[in-house]
Amino acid sequence: MTTQLVEAPEQTPGQKKNGRVGGGLLDPKQMLRSLPDALKKLNPGTLWRNPVMLIVEIGAAFTTVLAVLDPSFFAWAIVVWLWLTVVFANLAEAVAEGRGKAQAATLRKAKTDTMARRQTGELIPAPELRQNDIVVVEAGEIIPGDGDVIEGIASVDESAITGESAPVIRESGGDRSAVTGGTKVLSDKITVQITQKPGESFIDRMIALVEGADRQKTPNEIALNILLAALTIIFLVATVTMQPLAIWAKSQNPGIPDSLALTGDGVSGIVLISLLVCLIPTTIGALLSAIGIAGMDRLVQRNVLAMSGRAVEAAGDVSTLLLDKTGTITLGNRQAGEFVPAAGVSEQELAEAAQLSSLADETPEGRSIVVFAKERYGLREREPGALSHAEWVPFTAQTRMSGVNLDGREVRKGAATAVMKWVRDNGGHPTGQVGGLVDAISASGGTPLVVAEKGRVLGVIHLKDVVKAGMRERFDEMRRMGIRTVMITGDNPLTAKAIADEAGVDDFLAEATPEDKLALIRKEQEGGRLVAMTGDGTNDAPALAQSDVGVAMNTGTSAAKEAGNMVDLDSNPTKLIEIVEIGKQLLITRGALTTFSIANDIAKYFAIIPAMFAAVYPGLDALNIMRLASPQSAILSAVIFNALVIIALIPLALRGVRYRPSSASKLLSRNLYVYGLGGIVAPFIGIKIIDLLIQFLPGMS
Amino acid sequence: MGWIFVASLVAALVLVHKPLGDYMHRVYTTTKHNVVERFLYRLLGVQPDAEQRWGVYARGVLAFSVISLLVLFGLQRLQDKLFLSLGFDPVPDHIAWNTAVSFVTNTNWQAYSGESTMGHLVQMSGLAVQNFVSAAVGMAVAITLVRGFARKGSDTLGNFWVDLVRGTIRILLPIAFVGALVLVAGGLVQNFVGPHEITALTGGTQNLTGGPVASQEVIKELGTNGGGFYNTNAAHPFENATSWTNWFEIVLILLIPFALPRTFGKMVGQVRQGYAILAVMGIIALASVTLTNVFELGGNATVPQAVGAAMEGKDVRFGVANSATFAAATTLTSTGAVNSFHDSYTPFGGMMTLFNMMLGEVAPGGVGAGLYGMLVLAVITVFVAGLMVGRTPEYLGKKIGSREIKLASMYFLVTPILVLVGTSVAMGNEAGLAAMLNTGPHGFSEILYAFTSASNNNGSAFGGVTVNTPWYDVALGLCMLLGRFLPIIFVLALAGSLARQKPVPESAGTLPTHRPQFVGMVVGVTIILVALTFLPALALGPLAEGLL
Repeated sequence: MTTQLVEAPEQTPGQKKNGRVGGGLLDPKQMLRSLPDALKKLNPGTLWRNPVMLIVEIGAAFTTVLAVLDPSFFAWAIVVWLWLTVVFANLAEAVAEGRGKAQAATLRKAKTDTMARRQTGELIPAPELRQNDIVVVEAGEIIPGDGDVIEGIASVDESAITGESAPVIRESGGDRSAVTGGTKVLSDKITVQITQKPGESFIDRMIALVEGADRQKTPNEIALNILLAALTIIFLVATVTMQPLAIWAKSQNPGIPDSLALTGDGVSGIVLISLLVCLIPTTIGALLSAIGIAGMDRLVQRNVLAMSGRAVEAAGDVSTLLLDKTGTITLGNRQAGEFVPAAGVSEQELAEAAQLSSLADETPEGRSIVVFAKERYGLREREPGALSHAEWVPFTAQTRMSGVNLDGREVRKGAATAVMKWVRDNGGHPTGQVGGLVDAISASGGTPLVVAEKGRVLGVIHLKDVVKAGMRERFDEMRRMGIRTVMITGDNPLTAKAIADEAGVDDFLAEATPEDKLALIRKEQEGGRLVAMTGDGTNDAPALAQSDVGVAMNTGTSAAKEAGNMVDLDSNPTKLIEIVEIGKQLLITRGALTTFSIANDIAKYFAIIPAMFAAVYPGLDALNIMRLASPQSAILSAVIFNALVIIALIPLALRGVRYRPSSASKLLSRNLYVYGLGGIVAPFIGIKIIDLLIQFLPGMS
Repeated sequence: MGWIFVASLVAALVLVHKPLGDYMHRVYTTTKHNVVERFLYRLLGVQPDAEQRWGVYARGVLAFSVISLLVLFGLQRLQDKLFLSLGFDPVPDHIAWNTAVSFVTNTNWQAYSGESTMGHLVQMSGLAVQNFVSAAVGMAVAITLVRGFARKGSDTLGNFWVDLVRGTIRILLPIAFVGALVLVAGGLVQNFVGPHEITALTGGTQNLTGGPVASQEVIKELGTNGGGFYNTNAAHPFENATSWTNWFEIVLILLIPFALPRTFGKMVGQVRQGYAILAVMGIIALASVTLTNVFELGGNATVPQAVGAAMEGKDVRFGVANSATFAAATTLTSTGAVNSFHDSYTPFGGMMTLFNMMLGEVAPGGVGAGLYGMLVLAVITVFVAGLMVGRTPEYLGKKIGSREIKLASMYFLVTPILVLVGTSVAMGNEAGLAAMLNTGPHGFSEILYAFTSASNNNGSAFGGVTVNTPWYDVALGLCMLLGRFLPIIFVLALAGSLARQKPVPESAGTLPTHRPQFVGMVVGVTIILVALTFLPALALGPLAEGLL
């Protein structure tokens, strides 16, 4: 009998109800705000990193010269739209960066210059602190740098970096010793040993990360850039080599008058550049870096800091997830899941006694017994104060039980041996049946608590690990995505297996030591798998460093945070699953927009080729299947569409394409239909609509 | 009757591909050497069990090819001083260069007229030998790429000399021997006689040269070479006597290219992966054969429409359908043998032969070259598709990272650049234009065809261009040389980089590469990439001619 007593785990911000990964919304005002940045990026010195857009810019500059030498409405219209193409691409990047900049500004506020006080009482400016310096921080003061608490305990307000206003406890020793510079001590006094190097504080790194200042291209991004460069070269060659063919074709038909597109000197420069810009993969070229920045940003919105883009990408490739049992798969504490009465006792009677004995028990286990009695047996919760003559017997390490004496009735609950002894001491004779119940519960991985009245045993409470709601579904999703989940626990194999089965993980590692964990990671990696894990303790550090995606909890030690390549500011280990989804979404967005970009070219050929050559070879007009009004309007429509599609896709690039966990085949089919087929069809419609609108402009016929 | 011809071809290939593919798998994976091979290795000073890294392997390929080139060039220039010259003069240097390159690169572009230029010694110990070994080189490179996928964390890829010798001795020679007997039985000539002057029916005289035709013919088709003994190639009755030999020669052309995917599947341990590649080749090939037949049987000029088909330039022995099918087969592979005059095809029919070559000859392509070309396309498809499923793309467990994409991209850049730049230079320069015999879009198609054929190592000619001028001999020779060896270097480098990787285990998140979905996507990527690259050129040639 399993009963889930707890409400579903709270939704983390940014996660939508339907389980898909969502992103921030795009504020149209942000586009306007980013415009100056977009214009600054026209500088070829910065644009050279994006070869596709650099070629567009060179083309735009070249056509500007041509339009100045030989002005016409058509020429200037093309010039304007070519420049807009570059600006739109820059805008996409600027908007993506703009979101990070806002975040960075907030962070900078936390980075006010503070004074640090050494143990001697000497005051020095915080930036002069070196590694291993020791400082004292008292209530109301700002912690001057990242470090570990070596003495004392304090409540600390970390809202400056986590956004969470509830204070957290930081104490020396153990896994909660790390403090972050810029956070504020609210009570007590702590001695902190500084672990950061000057200028390399956590906040400094956060600012750099969200601003994308030292953003490096990730492996897949580099590979994609190479493919895009190759496609650009192909189209460059295809357009440039067309010129002698065009000149010759024109010379074969001397009677045909020169057109705007084709003269005896070949295809005009403006038309040739237009064709080139339409063919090279400008859509994905324009949005590629925005997609990468936005991917990091989506993590930041979920309060996860990735130390490198490489880690985010690796998250999408992960094939093994190591999850700690406690706190990730199960709730932190064991909870009452079943009341098993002894022979001759009714369940109701046992429940009543169990509730009575636990009313004053403020431990999570005790609370869970009261809640279970109420939910399952309809026993109203009684306030301990309402029973005026009750005498509460608190739990002590010696008696190992607690209970109540009420109106001459004595009820106790506690560890089996202690309670049985108490019963025997009071003249009772516990039957062997109770011993059997206790053993059975232990064997199944639960913790038995015996409930007794003076002289007789009433029954046993089964405390179990409670698997968080919805975990089984999430693990099923993982399996569909091809990811194996492994539960790590210090429990014995029997207990571990019971919980593993209940939660639906693929495998478990019981009685795990840090060395076991490290060995498991190495073994998985040996087989070519990428491993992700979370950790917070210092003893997790080697495993975090070894894993491909190591998410350290912000509550953890500095060593853990240093070893991992991501930090979760919410310290929620379940988030690992979301991180994987964001990693995948990042790659899918790139692939989908690449497909869309290439598929677009088909329609553009059908617009531009007849526009160039139908004058010489009238048969080619058959290719003008969109029936565009004139050669000029056809070419201009294609160029305008090419520019507008960038703006239209900025929200998609920032948000990421829709992602639902499913098998690779299904994902591919869906994305092929939407972005492959859609990419072929959309420009036919788009170019036709633009043509219908612009054909009335002067110079279009 | 056209469809029975095609259907029986398909049936024959289906029947043969499995035993042949399995046999080739054994040939390239066995550790045993036979007596002849051991003798050859000792002669060449090769240690047959020494494995080579990709760089060493590539140097082997290049060294062997350079030596072959020099020998072939020398044989032609010195033929009057050697035996069996039939009294022919030394071959002019530009033609000798062009021919040497042509045969070493498995192109067999012929800027000369075989029966009136080359003696028996050049034909047999020069050209025929290259027909074998250039084909064996292609197969060796393909097998090496397959080893790149199959090997796990390995620095080495096999031994070029062993692959070369085994491909020649164990695969090409036995099939060629049996094939030659069949062809002789089918009516082909096999002797050592010189030119005969005979009196024709009308009383005029005609020179007929005999020779070792059948033996040359069989390897010309089997090795997807295409260089004919006679100038008119497989339209000559001594080379292709009947409709039946025509059928058999097409089988020979398609035999090894269609069996190699099976070998590939066996070597990577997943036969279904081989069948996926075979399916891609098969779909494109069938579509192309069908379209070529439709365009030729439809005809879009007045006279062809009147008689129901375009018979001009086709032999009555074969008829329209069987000529069209031969034309598709010879351009889908890198054979380039012809049994009809492609220049006389309808504009769209001619465009199909062009398009087949522009595909990079991957459906099924030249012996070996087709398989490695197709695998490179599969790598590119996997990359785009893999991103769309949210993982670093992987093919057969090997990650397609920036190095792999760089090499694959350079591979597919080579031939389009050679074709387009070559055509463009020819159309923009006096020497190029002077050789044109036709005007208008058709004249342009002829130049485009010449450069497409040379760069893709096909070797067939549209005709209508005087290509035995020094300018064309040099230009097309360069196209053939670069179009053959640059891709080979990139493929071997790719193989090296793949072999070094440890495979990633397959999971539900891995893109399956054996399902119809993936097959369809490779077909789509192949056709769209080619269409986007060549559409402007095709628009000014066959499209302008055909769309009225």
